[in-house]
Amino acid sequence: MVCDVCKTNQATVFLTQIVDGKMQKVNLCESCSKEKGVTDPTGFALADLLLGLGAAQEIEKSGTLQKCPACGFSQADFKKTGRLGCSLCYDTFSEGLNSLLKAMHKGTSHVGKVPARLMESLQFDATMKTLQKELDKAVGQENYETAADIRDQIKHLEKKTGSNP
Amino acid sequence: MKLSNAFFNSGEWLKGDGPHNQIVISSRVRLARNLKSRSFPGWAKKAERLQILEEIKPRVESLPEMQDAFSEYLQDLTALEKQVLVERHLISREHAAKSIGSAVVMNRKQTLSIMINEEDHLRMQAIRSGLQLKNVFKMIDKVDSALEAKLDFAFHPRLGYLTACPSNVGTGMRASAMVHLPALVLSEQINQIVQAVNKIGLAVRGLYGEGTEAMGNLFQVSNQITLGEREDEMISRLNKVIEQVIEHEQNARKMLLNKRPATLLDQIGRGYGILTHAYSMTSKEALNLLSFMKLGIDLELFPADCQMAVDELFMETQPAHLQKGTQQKLAAEERDSLRAEIIRDKLKSFPKPDITKVEGTGSVTEDQKNDE
Repeated sequence: MVCDVCKTNQATVFLTQIVDGKMQKVNLCESCSKEKGVTDPTGFALADLLLGLGAAQEIEKSGTLQKCPACGFSQADFKKTGRLGCSLCYDTFSEGLNSLLKAMHKGTSHVGKVPARLMESLQFDATMKTLQKELDKAVGQENYETAADIRDQIKHLEKKTGSNP
Repeated sequence: MKLSNAFFNSGEWLKGDGPHNQIVISSRVRLARNLKSRSFPGWAKKAERLQILEEIKPRVESLPEMQDAFSEYLQDLTALEKQVLVERHLISREHAAKSIGSAVVMNRKQTLSIMINEEDHLRMQAIRSGLQLKNVFKMIDKVDSALEAKLDFAFHPRLGYLTACPSNVGTGMRASAMVHLPALVLSEQINQIVQAVNKIGLAVRGLYGEGTEAMGNLFQVSNQITLGEREDEMISRLNKVIEQVIEHEQNARKMLLNKRPATLLDQIGRGYGILTHAYSMTSKEALNLLSFMKLGIDLELFPADCQMAVDELFMETQPAHLQKGTQQKLAAEERDSLRAEIIRDKLKSFPKPDITKVEGTGSVTEDQKNDE
C-alpha cells in the first residue's frame, strides 16, 4: 500500500478515525507521518487536516457502531435535532461528543453537585474497602480479636445500608 | 387548585421588592434533570413519555413546597393560558408548544415551577424579584435534592447530570437575571457591555430568552457553560458581573442627567405623553415606553408609589395577559386599542414628570450646544 501523501513510499502508518459517523482512513509512509507531525492519532479531524479540508474520503458508513443500543438513536438524528436520544447516548457517542463538549464548555469534567445517593454509595464503597483491607491485615497477623471486631463493623454497615454482602 | 385561579394573582417576582430592584427585575435559576436509562422527551415514543410523566408528576406534587400547587397537563391548558405562563416566565416557549405527555407544576407564590417532559424530563426553576441569585439557587437546589431521593437521575461520574442537549450537560444549570438598562441603551453603550459580557462566557439575550428581541430595554444575562465549573462558583461569578452591569447603568444614568438632561427628559416626557393619550398601542411600543416611565420613577421624576402601576403594566400589556380578562380571542387591532385603554386608565392619576428634579434644565446643556 502506498502513502496517501507522497504516493511513492510504502505506507507504514495507518490512521482510522470516525468523525460524524464517517470512517476515514489515511495511510502514510514513515517520513510523511513525521513531516505532518502525526504524534496524536486522536487529534480531531486529522484526516481532514492531512488530506486538505473537505477532501476527507467517506470510505465507509459504519452502521452498527453509530446506533445507541439503548434507544436506537443515531448520529444522523443528532445532526438533525442537536439533541441526544437518552442518557446512554453519552457513552455510545462519547468520542464525537468529547470534542463537542470541549468546544462548548470550560472543561470536560463535571465538578459540581453529585446526587446524595451516589455520594453515599461512593463513600460506602470507600469505607468498605478500607475495612476489608484492615480485616485482611488482622487475619494475616493472626490477630483474630481485631478481625472479629472489623467483621462485625462490616456486617453492621451492610445491615445499615441494606446492601447484600 | 385550578391554574385559572392563579391568573388573577400575579407571581411574587412581579411585585418587584427584591434587592437592587430598580435595575434587576428578577433572578432565575433552572436545573435540567433526566431519568436514568430512559429516552429523552424529544426521542421517547408517546407511551414512554406518558409513563415517565406519571412517574415524575406525583413525586413533584408530593414535595412540601408544592402543597396546594397548580398542577396541569399541557393538553388541559388553552393556548391563551399557556401564553400567560410564558409571559410570566413560568414555562418556556418550547414547553407551551407541548401537549399530551407533558405537564407543569408550580407553587402558589409562582416562585417555583417544574416543567415535566420539556426538552429534558425535568426542568425545574425558581424565580424571585430583584438580584438574589444565591437564594434562588438554594430554593431550587433543595427541590432537586428532595426529588433525587425519589427519582433515579441520569448522572455520569465524569460528565455530571446528563441532558438532551450537550450544551446543558454537567450541572444542568442555567442562572439568569433580567436587567433593565435604558440608560446604557440611550447612551449607546449597550453593545460594548454585551460584547464584554459575552467575552467572559456569559450570554445576553432578549426578554424571552434565546433568539428573542430585546424589548423595553430588558435583557437577560445568563451563564453559557454548564460543564467544568461548580454551581456556586458560577452563581457568584454571574452575580459579580451583574453588579458591574448595575454600576455601569447607574453611571450612564448619572452621565445622562449631567450631560444630556434634555435627551433624558424628552424620552420620559414622550413616554408619559403617548402612554397617557394613545388610543392604539402594540405591545412592543408599550414596553419601550413603559421602560422610560420606569426610568422616570427611578430618577424620582414621578412619585415612588407609582412604581407598582408601571411594573404591573409591563406584564398586563403583554398579549396573553391582555386577553385573559376577555372571553374570546381578540384580533391584533382590538388588542392594541384595549391595551391603550388599560394603560390610559392605570396612568390617569399619574402626575406629570417633575422636571425640577433634573439639575441643569434651563441652563445650556450639551444637547442644546449641539443644536447650535
